Amino acid sequence: MKFTCLSKGGGFHFPPCHMLNFCGFRILFDCPVDLSALTIFSPVPTGFDSFPDEESCDFEFVTEKRQKVEKPLGANSLIRAEPWYKTVKSLHLWNISQIDVILISSPMGMLGLPFLTRMKGFSSKVYVTEASARLGQLMMDDLVSMHVEFRQFYGCEDSGFPQWLRHEELELLPPELREVVLGKDGTELGGWMPLYSAADVKDCMQKSHKLKYAEEVYYNGILAIKAFSSGLEIGSCNWIINAPKRDIVYISSSTFVSAHAMTFNYCALQGINTIIYSDFSSLRVMGDVEDENNYFPQTADKLSSLSNDCSSQELAESSLNMDEHLEEREKLGFICSCALECVKAGGSVLVPTNRLGTLLQLLEQISALLESSAMEVSIYIISSVADELLAFLNVIPEWLCKQRQERLFSGEQLFAHVELIRRKKLHVVPAVHSSKLLTNWQEPCIVFSPHWTMRFGPVVHLLRRWCGNPNSLLILEDGFDPKLALLPFEPIAMKVLQCVFPSGLKLQKVEPLIKTLLPKIVLFPEDLKPQISLSNAKSFSVFHYTEDDTLHVPCQKDSSVFEIATDLASQFHWKKLMQENFNISRLKGELSIDHGKYHLLVGKEQGSSSKHSSLLHWGSPDVQKLLAALSKMGINGSLEQGISDTESETVHVVHVQDYKGLIKVGTRSTVISAADESLASLIFEAVDSVLDGI
Amino acid sequence: MAIDSLILGAGQEVGKSCVVVTINGKRIMFDCGMHMGYLDHRRYPDFSLISKSGDFDNALTCVIITHFHLDHVGALPYFTEVCGYRGPIYMTYPTKALAPLMLEDYRKVMVDRRGEEEQFSSDHIAECMKKVIAVDLKQTVQVDNDLQIRAYYAGHVLGAAMFHAKVGDTEMVYTGDYNMTPDRHLGAAQIDRLRLDLLITESTYATTIRDSKYGREREFLKVVHKCVSGGGKVLIPTFALGRAQELCILLDDYWERMNLKVPIYFSAGLTIQANMYYKMLISWTSQKIKETYSTHNAFDFKNVHDFERSLMDAPGPCVLFATPGMLSGGFSLEVFKHWAPSERNLVTLPGYCVAGTVGHKLMSGKPTKIDLDKDTQIDVRCQIHQLAFSPHTDAKGIMDLVKFLSPKHVILVHGEKPKMVSLKERIHSELGIMCYDPANNDTVSIPSTHYVKAGASDTFIQGCSNPNFKFYRNSAGDSDLNDKNFMQDVQVKDERVIEGVIVKEKSQKAKVVHQDELLVMLGENRHELQFAYCCPVQIIDLKEMKSTYLNSRNSMLCLSENFSWLQVLQWRLSDEIPEGNIQSYGEHLQIESFHVSLCLKDSCPYRVQDNHQNRMKSMFFCCIWSAPDEKLARKILSIMEKLNLSKI
Repeated sequence: MKFTCLSKGGGFHFPPCHMLNFCGFRILFDCPVDLSALTIFSPVPTGFDSFPDEESCDFEFVTEKRQKVEKPLGANSLIRAEPWYKTVKSLHLWNISQIDVILISSPMGMLGLPFLTRMKGFSSKVYVTEASARLGQLMMDDLVSMHVEFRQFYGCEDSGFPQWLRHEELELLPPELREVVLGKDGTELGGWMPLYSAADVKDCMQKSHKLKYAEEVYYNGILAIKAFSSGLEIGSCNWIINAPKRDIVYISSSTFVSAHAMTFNYCALQGINTIIYSDFSSLRVMGDVEDENNYFPQTADKLSSLSNDCSSQELAESSLNMDEHLEEREKLGFICSCALECVKAGGSVLVPTNRLGTLLQLLEQISALLESSAMEVSIYIISSVADELLAFLNVIPEWLCKQRQERLFSGEQLFAHVELIRRKKLHVVPAVHSSKLLTNWQEPCIVFSPHWTMRFGPVVHLLRRWCGNPNSLLILEDGFDPKLALLPFEPIAMKVLQCVFPSGLKLQKVEPLIKTLLPKIVLFPEDLKPQISLSNAKSFSVFHYTEDDTLHVPCQKDSSVFEIATDLASQFHWKKLMQENFNISRLKGELSIDHGKYHLLVGKEQGSSSKHSSLLHWGSPDVQKLLAALSKMGINGSLEQGISDTESETVHVVHVQDYKGLIKVGTRSTVISAADESLASLIFEAVDSVLDGI
Repeated sequence: MAIDSLILGAGQEVGKSCVVVTINGKRIMFDCGMHMGYLDHRRYPDFSLISKSGDFDNALTCVIITHFHLDHVGALPYFTEVCGYRGPIYMTYPTKALAPLMLEDYRKVMVDRRGEEEQFSSDHIAECMKKVIAVDLKQTVQVDNDLQIRAYYAGHVLGAAMFHAKVGDTEMVYTGDYNMTPDRHLGAAQIDRLRLDLLITESTYATTIRDSKYGREREFLKVVHKCVSGGGKVLIPTFALGRAQELCILLDDYWERMNLKVPIYFSAGLTIQANMYYKMLISWTSQKIKETYSTHNAFDFKNVHDFERSLMDAPGPCVLFATPGMLSGGFSLEVFKHWAPSERNLVTLPGYCVAGTVGHKLMSGKPTKIDLDKDTQIDVRCQIHQLAFSPHTDAKGIMDLVKFLSPKHVILVHGEKPKMVSLKERIHSELGIMCYDPANNDTVSIPSTHYVKAGASDTFIQGCSNPNFKFYRNSAGDSDLNDKNFMQDVQVKDERVIEGVIVKEKSQKAKVVHQDELLVMLGENRHELQFAYCCPVQIIDLKEMKSTYLNSRNSMLCLSENFSWLQVLQWRLSDEIPEGNIQSYGEHLQIESFHVSLCLKDSCPYRVQDNHQNRMKSMFFCCIWSAPDEKLARKILSIMEKLNLSKI
């Protein structure tokens, strides 16, 4: 088994990406896009005056750019061109046609998939849970429709290679932006791609095989693949792959606490031989906490150092979970109270989030809070796919957490938004310019709208409108540099609140989890080694992996298991060998490879028990024994004396039945010659009896 | 080892479905239904047959409910809350959501309206449902270390499922009720190809073959339309779930198209509430409804209103859906009492009514008076229309499913005895599958499959993984194949007959290896065992006949003396054995392992019979072959001995 980490990703919206060589198959885990890289582009300007005309004042523009290197990073430093998208850098180095299986663990892990499916030679089987597929499709559709803004502004793509990606141009970029384009070590340039089209998305969806919860599918009959909820997002999952030689569980970013998605089903992952642990999120949270607070005064993050007293057996019920749950609720409560204060002061609240969990919970809590404080404030969701998204959320009870499922069983709507829409508290519109919005627009209001990078989508327009208002509030997710993200909107007077929401397991829970799962082998990120040391564990061995390195994991089982039908097994003719220890039998049957197993069944044309002679012989026959065997059959044979043949081999020649037949016996081979067929077969029998054979 | 199926209900009858199957020590109860036709102890399955002591927790591994109909789930609260079963219960999400509605509705009818002693309370229903584990379609559920279950779409009602259960190597499917053709709101049953030891299938319509649904739907709409346009009232007695939604989609759609304004009512809020469940569970409906839900949810009926009691005697036409179905009591019967005496009105009845209900009485013959009880008699003058569509599969569907799954054994349940007998015989004679139709409280035992496990070497596995495609031409219509259907007539199969050697070393697990590996394992050298024969072939020197040949066969000119005898032999052999693949290597020819070359030696050891008489006219060909090709070799030799080789 060979494992290569292609990218460790970066947060909720950019999950890790790995390649696994296993059982002769090549499996890709996830195909994300680093959308945070979009922040190096400028959003579409509102008026032409703010945008220097490149055609007419080319010269000045270039000189201006040259000076920019020394200047501090400003709104003008951002790239003004139709954005490209940054995919996993080393994925394009692999031969796409040789990937057999692609497993998508979350809607976010799907966003880069059309880049692959649109390529020539793509032939992989894509597996994705039905909920991830639907959400992923909506996210991609939204991406494509928001990107249209750029297309309309910059015009259609003229040449294949954009100006800004040229080496000369990159040289001129401020170092912060250049690092985003090229990566820290300057290797990431090849990952940039122009966005896919709506047709590419449709094509990608058709090429994806949608799975039900814990549905078992078989790739090539031999890999059994199953998805279990990871808790991170609706439809997001961990994978179990069973193969004859090894069982693997792939753990993506998972969370024990979820207020919307079905929670992390870790019980189903128990007792699997090999764990690939692929959650880097705890690392990132740690990093974020350190350099926080210097830019934003307010933060809702309250990462307290919790004691590591988690008993491995009751992981889900542990006090840690209660704390985490409480912590999340406190955090949301805090955000809601900030929002309430804001609207009370006459400001509006803007939430550019693409995290469904956050969106749904904030929606429910803020609307409840407004109601309890008797405030009449409109809530808007502005997105091209919001309608479909909300409709979808109310028809997938199978992928929701226990509390939501209980709502189904007691006959309530799964989420509050259905009721809010009916009571006209919540308005769902496709775009800022849609007539439905213009006719009932009221400020102050609370708006949920994409995109979290604040480079395109309705959020850009609203941010421009409110960024100067100190009473307004912007609620941001974590996982990107807010300084860079807000650059085009400087100076900002509105309040900004950046919150860390769980996007994976908490550091303290990783070790207890792995111990609970009782693996034999664990593949673990090298980067997490300083925080989590698994090396003292005795029950399993740990292999640490790093980005862009291929890890070889030795095989444990030396043979695959064959299942032989009892009726076939009863037909075996066991033969005891001259080497006393061995019993052998020829085996012939119809092979069927299905459900991850090799079955051997009685074939259709198989004769039941016809006596057959051996086809393969070994050893050397003893000539005297052969003569005895012949005479027993009533055949006389006479040994021709003294013939030793050419090539170091001793050859005896036996004449049979007065020269009617002849046997040439060597140490490595025997030749029987007789014109008469029945005599030949009798001689064969005799030789067979003095040799080992099968 | 065996699979034992104890039929606790629905054996040679319809009602109280309940089968307890024991597979390799695991015991599963499929369905826990009640019989609507009985009011005494016969309404429930006889649970005492499972465990005399009443210790059901140890006697059963789990209970599986296929769908929310009362004859499949009706006894569950009684079994869990009164009998005290506390083990796991599995059903699909919609069944878990909708079953309590059905149970509560039934309980109310029993207790509130008929004044019977209640068998279980509302609390019992709620407590019972808390123990239920909901499953998704195709979700693989590991009940314990050995038992694995999986639900497949059955299409009978919302959330109806067939269940696959697997213990070790033994696999079975219990279908519950299913429908093989899609209807207005549900898709057709769907299942994977499985290797089953046992299939337990319903057989409601064991002998009926139905034509297209659309004709029957049209007929229904026509009757309803005619009635309301004549000012009559239409009563559709139905259970709150399933049929009500199907007919409602049908009527709502028709009303829209025909621009009808006659009101359609639902009795009680129950059905309205049920519609909400349907909206949330839309992913369990048919493909068409699923695709359109985000623009218009098919269960948002435009023309449907709540019914109020005061409307019962109000003038003017209307259509009313009222519970319960089959007119077994409750509100639908009450409305029936009011509306039955007028010949303008119409009552529609489902395709199947349980014996003992008013519906059943109406269906049998054409009664003008019906005795409700000792004191009440109803004049029946209204029209009666029997719905000819049913969410059950017909006989063809059952046969199709059995053929598709090709189990080793079939047990028929949920049907009427004479029809089941005829279906049983069909399955046995047409498909060659053992089939049983046990009565209630009978046990059927069938053997179960086991596999012997053996390790297999990598080389052997690699040898197995090469596909072995074979193309078959369908035997039917061989003669008149035209290009168009040629593709359909060719079938491709990947049949992999494999050969190897199984080795059992003392006190070690058996291992399958490729025969070449065997010698390495044993540390031995191969000993080649071959046959040889130097075969004389008659030749004719044609030099004197040359001229005649030249004249008659110009084309043969090229076959000059330059060609060797070996080549001449090859041509002749290929005439004689067209199926053989003769390969020429210059010095020798080869057919399989049969190797032949010209023998110019004066005395070849393999030239056993030296026939001096023919010597002058014979050439010798030395042949050598290995044992498996002995038959072929002898055939070739006999041909060669008869040949007269000649060249010009």
